[in-house]
Amino acid sequence: MAKLELLQSISGHKGIVWNVSWHPLGKIFASCGEDKIIKLWGKEGEAWSMKTVLVDGHQRTIREVAWSPCGNFLASASFDGTTAVWDKKSGQFECNATLEGHENEVKSVAWSPSGQLLATCGRDKSVWVWEVAGEDEYVCEAVLNAHNQDVKKVAWHPSSDLLASASYDNTVKIYKEDQMDSDWTCIATLQSHESTVWSLAFDKSGKRLATCSDDRTVKIWQEYGPDNQEGVNVEDRESIWKCVCTLSGYHTRCIYDITWCTTTGLIATACGDDIIRVFKEADDSDPSAPTFDLIYTKLDAHSQDVNCVKWNPLGNQELASCSDNGEIKIWKFTEQ
Amino acid sequence: MISFFSKLSLKNTGKPPELAQSAYMDKSATLQELGYKDDNDLRETIYDFLRTIRDPEKPNTLEDLKVVYEEGIFVKEPTADKVPVLRVEYNPTVPHCSLATLIGLCIRIKIQRSLHHPVKLDIYIKKGAHTTEDEINKQINDKERIAAAMENPNLKNLVETCIADEG
Repeated sequence: MAKLELLQSISGHKGIVWNVSWHPLGKIFASCGEDKIIKLWGKEGEAWSMKTVLVDGHQRTIREVAWSPCGNFLASASFDGTTAVWDKKSGQFECNATLEGHENEVKSVAWSPSGQLLATCGRDKSVWVWEVAGEDEYVCEAVLNAHNQDVKKVAWHPSSDLLASASYDNTVKIYKEDQMDSDWTCIATLQSHESTVWSLAFDKSGKRLATCSDDRTVKIWQEYGPDNQEGVNVEDRESIWKCVCTLSGYHTRCIYDITWCTTTGLIATACGDDIIRVFKEADDSDPSAPTFDLIYTKLDAHSQDVNCVKWNPLGNQELASCSDNGEIKIWKFTEQ
Repeated sequence: MISFFSKLSLKNTGKPPELAQSAYMDKSATLQELGYKDDNDLRETIYDFLRTIRDPEKPNTLEDLKVVYEEGIFVKEPTADKVPVLRVEYNPTVPHCSLATLIGLCIRIKIQRSLHHPVKLDIYIKKGAHTTEDEINKQINDKERIAAAMENPNLKNLVETCIADEG
């Protein structure tokens, strides 16, 4: 029997907690929300406790926080239109760079696997790619205007500079830098969701992408390259992404977030019905038409909407989640 | 008002554990647990919150203008965690009303602030009542858009003025 055991419930913030983000080493996580504060939490013995509070970085809600792959930088995206980059070169965490450019709310921020690029997106419908140009220096490499509505989330491929974005326009777009002229372009549009796509997560290989939506479904997309064994025609493109699985009938409200564990392959979702669900690919799953089973439903995971779920990158089956009422919870999943 | 306060006190005294258990299985008991007699009692409570909201540009209330009406409030099947689900329909006075989004925002904020228990809210324009109803429906049910709108000082002031209690 699978179970999701609550390790700790933390009263983390005042008001909505929008996001939690694990440090790459999995011993610390950051949280942020409506109170415009970032908190860093560390484990002392068996319990998580607050280590640091980062204040005065933003004037409005902090929507998302993201650690750089090296773990030395923390980026925060805010409704005040800016993205801040924090580090502790001076001994304590300080905001040493502010990325300005979006016209209004910045909704998501993500570091590329090399840590050399940052992506942001927002209500102004654009996705920005920033390059780390030097100490505390970030230059805008590209402004991508492929979506025709707010862009809700950006996520990088786990091992290459391939970027994906999810939007209020119901689509997901994938971008890549052209090696010839170093121009960033949209190379694929993933169309199948019937309402806002709120979040997305690549699997370990980066060949699959899971997306979640206000249409109450999760979709699994698979990449097919020009020489694919399945005989999928990619025409003259580098690759195409096909929806190979739709999980419907499980979620009863909008699905706000999705996380794909790179160690176990388990998918967890954060839903507006206050429930956390865990899905697993079936043992006899057909690679080109995979089946995923709902293996666990945590009723009443939070007393309000679950806004975010994140597997610990250590692969220890720890899961962090947060909700509208200031709550952060740390869970431990076990399958047997 | 008396019934409103009685709901609050019921909530505060906490619920007997055996009731919580059976209520979980029997969804019809959910509203009683929260202090309502039935669906209709919850509808009437919600309507009482909405009827006094002032129109953003006219000196009337949404009830006077028939923008909100009791038959527009639906108590849907609760979530698996027995949280009540409410659908509120409203009818903008003209099909191209430019303030329809603001009215939707007022309805949401007023209900969220007035209720003392969690609720899942779906707010919709009465079908066919607005030229861009799909667009507005999507906006006023997007919690991120709502959160951002309420951090915009001008919009927030407009909402606060419309939903402020009389006097």
